[in-house]
Amino acid sequence: VTSLDGTTAGRAKAQPAVVRLRRKWLEIGLFLAPAVALYVIFLIVPVVQAVRYSTYAWNGLGDLSDYVGFGNYREAFGDPAFRQAMGHNGILVALSLVFQLPLALGAALLLNRPLRGRSLLRLLFFTPYVLSEAITAVIFLQILQPDGLADEFLRSIGLGDLVQLWLADPDLVFYTLFVVITWKYIGFAIILFLAGLQGIPRELHDAAAMDGASSWTNLRYVTLPLLGPTIRIWAFLAIIGSIQLFDIVWIMTLGGPAGASSTMATYMVDQGVNSYRIGYATSVAVILFGICFVFSILYQIFVLRRDVAGGTARMAG
Amino acid sequence: MKNRPTTMWKLLALAAVLAVAATISSSAGVAAREQSVTLVWWHNVTQGPGVKLYKDIASEFQKKYPNVTIKAVPLQNEQFKTKIPIALQSDSPPDVFQSWGGGGLVDQQKAGKVANVTKYVAPWIKSIGGSAAGWQVSGKQYATPYSVGVVGFWYNKQLFRQAGIPSAPTTWPQFLAAISKLKDAGVAPIAIGSKDEWPDAFYWDYLAVKLCSKRVMQQSAVTYNFRDACWLKTGKVLQQLLDLEPFQDGFLATPAQQGASSSAGLLANGKAAMELQGHWNPGVMQSLTPANKVPSFLGWFPFPDVPGGKGIKGSLLGGGDGYACSWNAPQPACAQFLGYIDSLSVQRRIGSTGFGLPVRKGSESSVKDPNLRTVLKFRSSSPFIQLYLDQAYSAAIGQALNGAIAKQFAGKATPAQVVQEIAKAAKKK
Repeated sequence: VTSLDGTTAGRAKAQPAVVRLRRKWLEIGLFLAPAVALYVIFLIVPVVQAVRYSTYAWNGLGDLSDYVGFGNYREAFGDPAFRQAMGHNGILVALSLVFQLPLALGAALLLNRPLRGRSLLRLLFFTPYVLSEAITAVIFLQILQPDGLADEFLRSIGLGDLVQLWLADPDLVFYTLFVVITWKYIGFAIILFLAGLQGIPRELHDAAAMDGASSWTNLRYVTLPLLGPTIRIWAFLAIIGSIQLFDIVWIMTLGGPAGASSTMATYMVDQGVNSYRIGYATSVAVILFGICFVFSILYQIFVLRRDVAGGTARMAG
Repeated sequence: MKNRPTTMWKLLALAAVLAVAATISSSAGVAAREQSVTLVWWHNVTQGPGVKLYKDIASEFQKKYPNVTIKAVPLQNEQFKTKIPIALQSDSPPDVFQSWGGGGLVDQQKAGKVANVTKYVAPWIKSIGGSAAGWQVSGKQYATPYSVGVVGFWYNKQLFRQAGIPSAPTTWPQFLAAISKLKDAGVAPIAIGSKDEWPDAFYWDYLAVKLCSKRVMQQSAVTYNFRDACWLKTGKVLQQLLDLEPFQDGFLATPAQQGASSSAGLLANGKAAMELQGHWNPGVMQSLTPANKVPSFLGWFPFPDVPGGKGIKGSLLGGGDGYACSWNAPQPACAQFLGYIDSLSVQRRIGSTGFGLPVRKGSESSVKDPNLRTVLKFRSSSPFIQLYLDQAYSAAIGQALNGAIAKQFAGKATPAQVVQEIAKAAKKK
């Protein structure tokens, strides 16, 4: 009966259904067109152009005439200075995950407890994140200069022996920068984790406590697993941020001394803007883009997939 | 609504009358018979004495050539690096723009972006003497300088006296001895802004000028051949200085010009005895002192000669500022403007306001500051002024050289490695 009804009804409705479908696509098209146009003009086209430029030796003047194919890429991967910069980015990723995660998690757990002056503390932790990179860098330049605030502070508490050439020692400068970066970005991780912690229902903690779980067990088997999606999102942002790091380094050290604090981005600007090797610098930009792109996709597939239901992954991607 | 057309007609009529009036009045002058043109002028003067001077130059020139309108566009110096290539790629580049000569100008000339002004400037170019050479490409004039300075040691006479150094050192051994004396006196002998790398390069460049023959120096900017033994020797002699550890604590992270803890600030505030810098240094130092004054203890001496060096005695390292005309700038208006900036009247004001070191013969007496007069005296009597190498060479090679020299200063490269790195950079495109 239904099938008979369905066919007659279907035939009767066939024409309008097609029209409605066409209309629907037209509407989608119309609404999407401006966004797609902007996306294509300001993202897709420049990326394609960049790939094209990266295959030429070009100083930014004159025509693109000196085609070198993959020559720029070969040079980049063969250049010890670029490999050193890539290494720095890698170290930064590792340092961020190893040091910032426990630090931020600990602070978030503390700040999640009923604590006097909690809002003030939260504010204090978050303030550095609100400062711009440039201001942070200039402040720390003052603090870290020889006989600056950092040195004087150490001397005043009797730790004068620890005074170092924080930014001038090639073996130390990168770790100094890491401390500054951590100071700057840790507040963001803490706020993120706090939000995650607040999303964990109290009942679960209560139930675990009823079952005799110690606070450590509670943390290990209730808090951490439920905070997983938040941590994974933070890790994603921290890794991408570490790969793309530029501002703070450029203002504080220009990547020096002797390349000891360079990153891929400072190397790129040095080659492009200072040396006018626009074609070559573009190939470095494409490499940087490629690394971030491939990493994002792999991270989505292998790490964030299980969180996708929550919708957070899509937001971050 | 109703009276709108009437207003429009009135305006049109007025415009017509003005146009006729303009034609009549302009036919009076010779220069003005030419088509009226606009010169877009990109310069890097956004503060200091040059601001008023540039306003005056523009209005005087427009008075002299009523057919020309000058449209001045001041830009931050740092923005020039990125804006010029992009602007030169477009169909409407600035007509007149800041040029530092050397390898940058060669690159612009190769790409056909700058105008050959040789025939326009021929009547007066001799009056600026040897300074013009840095703004030539294969003997043709593509830009003209308006201020040229030389690098030398700015020093604290008091600290030198206290350390028992009677007079400024003139030879390399004397110089090294002075450094030891200053160290014994507990003073940081030399302030240097190694964070910026180019101050490091001044030492290497200068030693090359002293050790290499003029021919080798000039050829290096054309052939980029660094096989002559003098290049390696340059790094080795430099190493003698570095081994004395003559610089302030943490010099590798010190900026050259920003703040009281910069190298210029250290010298200005009596915390270091000397600094190898350009003629602009008194101006930089002034702004870094609490009293906003050029310190009275300041003196200047040229880079010492190195015994056995092949450079002509008195050779100097320097550079300056000039202007180029872009390929489609209206001529002869643009070249006339270059000529006006190098005219005696303007050149004298460049000197008297402390804006720069004028290049035109006869303008020397306009410079009042005693130290700058010394600089000018050495510049004028110098047989050979080598342009800073990072400017003389194509940007990519110049930057690679600076980077390699900075590595030697950081103890991360040997003299031989510096030469290898620059030779390697020269092979790249």
